[in-house]
Amino acid sequence: MNVTLSRRSFLATGSAGVLVGLTARGSWAAAHMGGTVVNPFVRIDPDGTVVVILKHFEMGQGTSTGLSTLVAEELDADWDKVAIEFAPANTEIYINTLFGVQGTGGSTAIANSYEQYRKAGAAARAMMVAAAARLWGVEASTVSVANGTVTSGSNTATFDDLIGGADAADIPAEPTLKDPSAFTLIGRDKLARKDSADKTTGKAIFAMDVMPEGVVYAVLLRSPKFGGKLASFDATTASAMPGVVAVKETPAGVAVFADNTWNAMQARDAVEAEWDFTEAETRSTDAMEADYAAALEEEGMIAQNDGGTDEALAAAAKTIEAEFRFPFLAHAPMEPLNCVVQIKDGKVKIWDGTQFHTVTQGAVGAVSGVGPENVSIETVYAGGSFGRRANFNSDYEVEATFAAMALGTGQPVKLVWTREDDIRGGYYRPMCWHRVRAGVDANGKATAWHSSLANKSIFSGTPMAAMAVHDGVDDFSVEGVKDTAYALPGLRVDLRNMESAIPVLWWRSVGHSHSAYAMEVAMDMLAEAAGADPVEFRRGLLAEKPRHLGVLNLAAEKAGWGGDLPEGWGRGIAVHQSFNSYVAEVAEVSSQDGRIKLERIVAAVDVGTAVNPDVIRAQVEGAIGYGLSHAMRQKITFTDGEVDQSNFPDYPPLRIGDMPKIEVHIVSSTEPPTGIGEPGLPPAGPAVANAIYQAIGRRVMRLPMEDDGIEFA
Amino acid sequence: MSISLTLNGESVAIDASPDMPLLWAIRDVRKLTGTKFGCGVASCGACTVHVDGVAVRSCQTFLGDVEGAEVTTIEGLSGPVATAVQGAWKDLDVVQCGYCQSGQIMQAIDLLTTTPKPTDDDIDTAMDGNVCRCATYVRIRAAIHEASRRLEA
Repeated sequence: MNVTLSRRSFLATGSAGVLVGLTARGSWAAAHMGGTVVNPFVRIDPDGTVVVILKHFEMGQGTSTGLSTLVAEELDADWDKVAIEFAPANTEIYINTLFGVQGTGGSTAIANSYEQYRKAGAAARAMMVAAAARLWGVEASTVSVANGTVTSGSNTATFDDLIGGADAADIPAEPTLKDPSAFTLIGRDKLARKDSADKTTGKAIFAMDVMPEGVVYAVLLRSPKFGGKLASFDATTASAMPGVVAVKETPAGVAVFADNTWNAMQARDAVEAEWDFTEAETRSTDAMEADYAAALEEEGMIAQNDGGTDEALAAAAKTIEAEFRFPFLAHAPMEPLNCVVQIKDGKVKIWDGTQFHTVTQGAVGAVSGVGPENVSIETVYAGGSFGRRANFNSDYEVEATFAAMALGTGQPVKLVWTREDDIRGGYYRPMCWHRVRAGVDANGKATAWHSSLANKSIFSGTPMAAMAVHDGVDDFSVEGVKDTAYALPGLRVDLRNMESAIPVLWWRSVGHSHSAYAMEVAMDMLAEAAGADPVEFRRGLLAEKPRHLGVLNLAAEKAGWGGDLPEGWGRGIAVHQSFNSYVAEVAEVSSQDGRIKLERIVAAVDVGTAVNPDVIRAQVEGAIGYGLSHAMRQKITFTDGEVDQSNFPDYPPLRIGDMPKIEVHIVSSTEPPTGIGEPGLPPAGPAVANAIYQAIGRRVMRLPMEDDGIEFA
Repeated sequence: MSISLTLNGESVAIDASPDMPLLWAIRDVRKLTGTKFGCGVASCGACTVHVDGVAVRSCQTFLGDVEGAEVTTIEGLSGPVATAVQGAWKDLDVVQCGYCQSGQIMQAIDLLTTTPKPTDDDIDTAMDGNVCRCATYVRIRAAIHEASRRLEA
């Protein structure tokens, strides 16, 4: 991140509060609201409330608390008087400096905001200090701020007392940031989440809760096979049903409009449609698997080749071979996809818990014809996302726009997906097969590793392909393998791109969601072939990687690695780096009458500076749970191109009784903060798989584990 | 057709079909949005409300079924159990995305009303129907125990 600060980049105002901030690019970021100049990241309201303006959306990952902490720390604000507000869509001001668009994902929110939001807080503090010094006729150097109270000698004030005298000219060219040793909020073990109160009283507003005056409810009938097109439809019965306002054809399917969601859903069931499947995916999962098996027998594109792999394997004292199979997965956030779109007077307004403001503005601006500059987004809480609310096509926002255009009345249109629409709606974690062949020499030293993958690319053919796809290899298809931290001589990684009309997408931890499983289960097999303890074996291959070693050793120590377990129990470990963070997890499982119960997972994480330790713990707990959901039970399969699953009964999420006890330990660090939304997930599945092997002697190669003969208690 | 019931202590007449799920009457007709739509098939518990003091899935409870009943949503909670549960939830920062949490809280209040000192097994059994995709389950268990302690104190 390259932030340049100048005096000009800060704005202030008098009567209606003080607004402070800077843009990522250091340029003016001004808007005018009610005669007040507003700056982007911090506003101090007349009652002294510090309002932090969030460029990142909140899907549960705790960003609203994290960004607020950064500002409050440098401003020395009273945490109880810090409030949050979602930023509007404005790429220039609210750009994610690691993405180049306004958007959230890739566990980047804190990493790209760490300096920016702290500087915004420091700038606001400088204004308060200068205003106090003027008010009291003292030197600024005598003024201190703590917990929202400004003091000099016997003078004290709170921010509301000082707003009237605040002046943007008081902001130094480069606001001084605290030395980390002076932090009082960053790193505090428990700082109350900013979104807890509203989310425990039902007051938090999600897109599903947005019902503006005049709203029309809509659902969409889509092709039952991906790539199918509407040929014809008959809405005679549906149109006559209670509450139905209209039934219209759109480029995305048949939109049914009604006076409430239920009536729209009921009427959709009565629409009869014919589809053209000429370009649709019509294979069943069996046929896709045959294609994957055949592909793995062919040469792949080279993602990584250190050379000599075949020779080293041939010369190895012992080799292992394993073929891992991973299914398509739906994200299935608790809040089904939905948004509200209103098209009026050449402008589009969207109420949305969107992950990708810039992409949504572009996509909606294009299909509506108004252009991105005329698309405004009111960001609301997202009821989970896990990647689903960000995609290159802005699928559900574009659908809602098509629906609003088809209705053509200028009313707000609320397009709601049912859970069935969600499970069958595509943008899945791609199905992936991964074959590993590896060898050790007579001394138990790893000498070769060959990973062969068959996967569908997420990025190929998208506007971001140039960033991610090199010589046909999508980095995200092979991440966690080609860039493995293990010192593996003779590393070779090759890839086959599998084609299909099934849309695929990043799913919490993206490629790491499968690569860590293959790497870490195969690593356990290789350790066994070497006759080595799994932790000891990994230590040897990570000798030059202190941060990997740090979490590996901490997890092993906290879990009591090597200690006795009850009869029938097993313990397994996995370590993996993703999104610049390092995580190791030790799982303990028990076996009773052949059924496996997850007993405990001990995690150690290194995320650099831990801004909000309790949020970090929560993210690791949650990522483990999300990871276990798919490792244990979830899959999306097809029969003649139609998705077999439809709702939670046949796409079973993890339930409370499945959840093991979890301990999360955080490595103390002063490195810059990295992400934690995703990195807790990748080690969970393989740690459990390795524990299952220790408990019952069975290697689980196919996910979900229930498809590979594992029964859970 | 109009259905009369008591909603959060207030007598209301809802002008909708008796076949309409209570969920949509609460949300789209009455505009009480704390009760959430998650699956529509009583498989996730996001829509949990109390009918005559008992937790039910409002997506599979029909308006005609609650004629004359007392329906309470998260917006209408009161009493010591609700206070203890919501307080524990907030103090332990249980929530992540928060979308399922109204339903979790409604179910937890039902549990603590009938079982003031639940074991982990009691909690797992009672809360089994409430899905949280953020997997806040570790904290849900802890918050229910904490609420139980607060009620005992």
